Amino acid sequence: MHDLQPITALGGQIPRQDTVAALMLTENPDLALASVAARLGQETACHKHLKALISAVPGPGECKTAKGTDAFWTSPDMWMVTAPFGTHEDLAAQLKQRFKATASVTEQTDAWCCFDLTGTGVEDVMELLCPVPIRTMVAGQVQRTSIDHLGCFVVHRGSTDGLRIFGPRSSAGSLHHALLTAMRSAS
Amino acid sequence: MTQKNRLDGGLIDRSETWSFKFDGKWMKGHKGDTLASALLANDVRLMGRSFKYHRPRGPLTAGSEEPNAIVELREGARKEPNTRATTAELFDGLVANSQNRWPSLKWDVMAINDRLSSFFAAGFYYKTFMWPAAFWEKLYEPIIRKAAGLGTLDHRPDPDTYDKGFLHCDLLIIGAGPAGLAAALTAGQAGAQVILAEEDFVLGGRLNAETYAVGDDMGADWAAQTVSELEAMPNVRILARTTIIGAFDHGIYGAVERVSDHVAVPADGKPRQILWRIYSKQAVLAAGATERPIGFHMNDRPGIMLAGAMRAYANRWAATPAQNVAIFTNNDDGHRTARDMHAKGVTIAGVVDTRTDAPQSDVFPVYAGGQITNTQGRLGLTCVEVTLPTGTTRTLTCGALGVSGGWNPNVHMTCHQRGRPAWRDDIAAFAPGGTLPPGLHVAGAAMGDFTTQAALTGGAAAAVAALDVLGTKAKAASLPDADDGPVSITPFWHVQGAKRAWLDQQNDVTAKDVVLAHKENFTSVEHLKRYTTLGMATDQGKTSNVPGLAIMAEVAGKQIPEVGTTMFRPPYTPTAIGAFAGRSRDADFRPVRKTPSHVWAEEQGAVFVEVGMWLRAQWFPRPGETHWRQSVDREVAQTRKSVGICDVTTLGKIDVQGTDAAAFLNKIYCNPFAKVPVGKVRYGLMLREDGIAMDDGTAARLAEDHFVVTTTTANAVGVYRHMEFVRQCLFPDMDVQLISTTEAWAQFSVAGPNARKLLQKVVDPEHDISNEAFPYMGCGEITVGGGLRARLFRISFSGELAYEIAVPTRYGDALIRKMVEAGQEFDVVVYGTEALGVMRIEKGHAAGNELNGTTTAQNLGMGRMVNKKKDSIGSTLSEREGLNQDGDLRLVGFKPVNLDDPVPAGSHLMTKGTSVDAAHDQGYVTSACYSPNLGHHIGIGYLKGGDTRQGEIVRLVSPLTGQDHDVEVVSAHFVDPEGDRLRA
Repeated sequence: MHDLQPITALGGQIPRQDTVAALMLTENPDLALASVAARLGQETACHKHLKALISAVPGPGECKTAKGTDAFWTSPDMWMVTAPFGTHEDLAAQLKQRFKATASVTEQTDAWCCFDLTGTGVEDVMELLCPVPIRTMVAGQVQRTSIDHLGCFVVHRGSTDGLRIFGPRSSAGSLHHALLTAMRSAS
Repeated sequence: MTQKNRLDGGLIDRSETWSFKFDGKWMKGHKGDTLASALLANDVRLMGRSFKYHRPRGPLTAGSEEPNAIVELREGARKEPNTRATTAELFDGLVANSQNRWPSLKWDVMAINDRLSSFFAAGFYYKTFMWPAAFWEKLYEPIIRKAAGLGTLDHRPDPDTYDKGFLHCDLLIIGAGPAGLAAALTAGQAGAQVILAEEDFVLGGRLNAETYAVGDDMGADWAAQTVSELEAMPNVRILARTTIIGAFDHGIYGAVERVSDHVAVPADGKPRQILWRIYSKQAVLAAGATERPIGFHMNDRPGIMLAGAMRAYANRWAATPAQNVAIFTNNDDGHRTARDMHAKGVTIAGVVDTRTDAPQSDVFPVYAGGQITNTQGRLGLTCVEVTLPTGTTRTLTCGALGVSGGWNPNVHMTCHQRGRPAWRDDIAAFAPGGTLPPGLHVAGAAMGDFTTQAALTGGAAAAVAALDVLGTKAKAASLPDADDGPVSITPFWHVQGAKRAWLDQQNDVTAKDVVLAHKENFTSVEHLKRYTTLGMATDQGKTSNVPGLAIMAEVAGKQIPEVGTTMFRPPYTPTAIGAFAGRSRDADFRPVRKTPSHVWAEEQGAVFVEVGMWLRAQWFPRPGETHWRQSVDREVAQTRKSVGICDVTTLGKIDVQGTDAAAFLNKIYCNPFAKVPVGKVRYGLMLREDGIAMDDGTAARLAEDHFVVTTTTANAVGVYRHMEFVRQCLFPDMDVQLISTTEAWAQFSVAGPNARKLLQKVVDPEHDISNEAFPYMGCGEITVGGGLRARLFRISFSGELAYEIAVPTRYGDALIRKMVEAGQEFDVVVYGTEALGVMRIEKGHAAGNELNGTTTAQNLGMGRMVNKKKDSIGSTLSEREGLNQDGDLRLVGFKPVNLDDPVPAGSHLMTKGTSVDAAHDQGYVTSACYSPNLGHHIGIGYLKGGDTRQGEIVRLVSPLTGQDHDVEVVSAHFVDPEGDRLRA
């Protein structure tokens, strides 16, 4: 085990958590991410591996889950796979092992910061942040959008788990500020 | 002051009595009042001064179309000039002041303009302030601006915040009058997702201003019940105090919700307003209609208002402008006002109806065929002169006059996408016509259906039609019967021969101005508007445009539809700039990007610099250092002497994978990449299609099918976009996949003679990074700190023995701490962007200043890198004759002849003995710095034929900063030109 101590995207030793009225915003560093892009001509084989991994091939706007691993569509024949960091820090290597020459796999864990927004009224918050049709979205849907000028993914995870927001890690502070401001404004 | 002109009844809440201050005087009003209604109740008719002539004015309307009652609302930094008293919702403690007057509203010095009005006809400015031209900016404009003012700004930052938001719906209903409510009820019952937007703070529209019944209820009661019914529907969202300001493409509407304008200070964390972008599948415009005035001599005195407004003040707000009023009308609606006012106990001095067949009344005198030909009362109406068909005149004593010239449907939203309204003779008005914005339906008075019954059924029918488009079969809501009297109107625009008949009261445009404009050949309606300024004030001519068009048609001998209308543009009502800005202001203007070592750098007291959105450490001052140069010189010297560390995460990183990855890069870069061995890095130059240099960087081959490309910080996004374009559009048959990894890896440069020794203490011992095992331009995947995955690249920007080491970003903070600790024995320094810049200039490396979008590989001295044995982007066009002349610009270095002289970037170069002008320009300095190693300033830049001019003395000039001295042309590589240090 190496001796380098990680910090969160917001620069802390422990994840930040904020509560505003019935809303909770939690910085989530416990996710490993990797992109999987089918190689040209290998799409069918790549889909098979995806199915073996999460029992589905997510289409545009879809996020599928199986055994703690999520995958959502990011562009034609390209997906983002997420899994618990503790057990999957080497997610990219694990996936490369599985997909072999059928896909290009790139570690994306620290390219993104992740915030989980839960509680009552998350829809009101999102309406102040981005144009995703939040009130008609259901669990398992995901949208690429712009929040505070930042390219983000918004994943709907159901009424209990709320929303998961991925944004660029270097701007985690700005994104967090935007989310918190909207929470205060909406609640 | 008592509320002298407060009537009985109304929709105000008398249990809440509030105090407000107007022009320093405290008065009382009630919850539910607007500022205008409360002022009228307090017998205040004079509320403002006009723009040009400073004429005393009172409210003309009771809504957002108001041209006259324009005030400054609130105080201090919250002061907002040019707001309409007619829409300002009263709250306890509200402070308002009149504007455009001095010293007071009653005694305004600039009213002298009114006496001189014959000199101020249309086009006065254009005709008068012609010469001398120099006087315009210095003299005329400041004087005119001061005289023709609106309100004043406080000049302090707005303390309130504004939000932006996004809503989605099946059906957007614009306006919550009878048509809008019927539409909402119908669509709501059908289960559609409905947004009902209403600019007023009470829903119901004209139902709240009228006395007639809807079914068994008063119209206002029916509206309130319907609103309760809608509020109970989870699929209906009601947005009160929300103005739809524009109809945009694809069913998108802009809306401003005034969240906190009706309270003194917004609640903590709450915005003052929200600018909503509403994505609608279909929309119903139920925006009602606006009454229009009639032009007659002196028709602008305080107390003269639209008849429908007078009725609204009485019925809804229980306020009357005076106890004795008269009516001037060309249609039946004026009579309704007289009846309602009479019922409220107000004396009716008479109804003057231009129609000879005007209906008669038992309770007040009606002057059929009469016209109002003059009025009296400087600060408020005292009487009007009526001229009867017989030619005899009669004077009616009255404190207010209600004027009705008919109603104009509010067609604005139907025209925001260049649609033009169509003239309807039966209502003598423009109604929606031609092409409507896709998905927009119109109902009620906005459609020209002026009866309540027609509004109700029309609203329901519009909702049914809209939902039908969406495949939802809706049934019209069951609606009560309502008044359905036919509208009888005889067009009457202005009293002939009136000397000063005001059309646009806010901009002081008279009927005579329109006639003059036509005489002077401004015959296009758009020219008329700009020449006279008719309709150009903050009310956008809502009450004045159609009368203006009518007069223009009359003088041109045309029909009104032939004259046409001017363009309707958003926003529908004035919108605060703050609402457009939203939260993106001050420190939140744009997001900030922080490097992985940001926390550490802050601890060290680093001075940060904005590089695009990035915040980078510029230098790290040490105790005792008082000038940035001391810090930077130290950082450079220590790095070149021993070892320095710099966070270079901001450089773009693009992961390129696929079986065609090498072939793809071979197209992207102008130099060869097909055969880069695994474990090697190559410097690459990419060209644009036009052959101009785009960016430079490196590509490291981590595997046969895997490269990591680096870009400059500035071009990280542009290069990635370019590569995606090439992948998707130019070479879709290549097997290559791209993704940005800029933020995924924390990357540090470790440079200096002791760089390897330092890294050997950090990199796990199983990885041999000796010069033999890991030579210059080597790369590989390694581990650090006992097993953390990392990447090592032996590349150098400083010219020193250097590496770049990368770890997953979350470990970047730990890595820099670890390296600084490991480097203690070598006296390691961490350097910022300034030292980075100094070292790259000393080494003669090109950066953004040199890759400035105008320079070629030839200019950069890299012409031979453009490989001609292969095809790459930009290769062919880089061969253009004009880009390949002898004597073209070449990148060289400059050294001052007098070593104390600076070499400022941006200076131009002249051959000795020639004059300083563009014709003799020989090139320019792109980057410059003080070189601590050489002990003097140096620069690099482009010089014509620079490759053959080494040793020549040229003249460096910067007329802007007063520099003019000699510099020697030298090699751009000031430090280690042979590159021995890199390979050590």
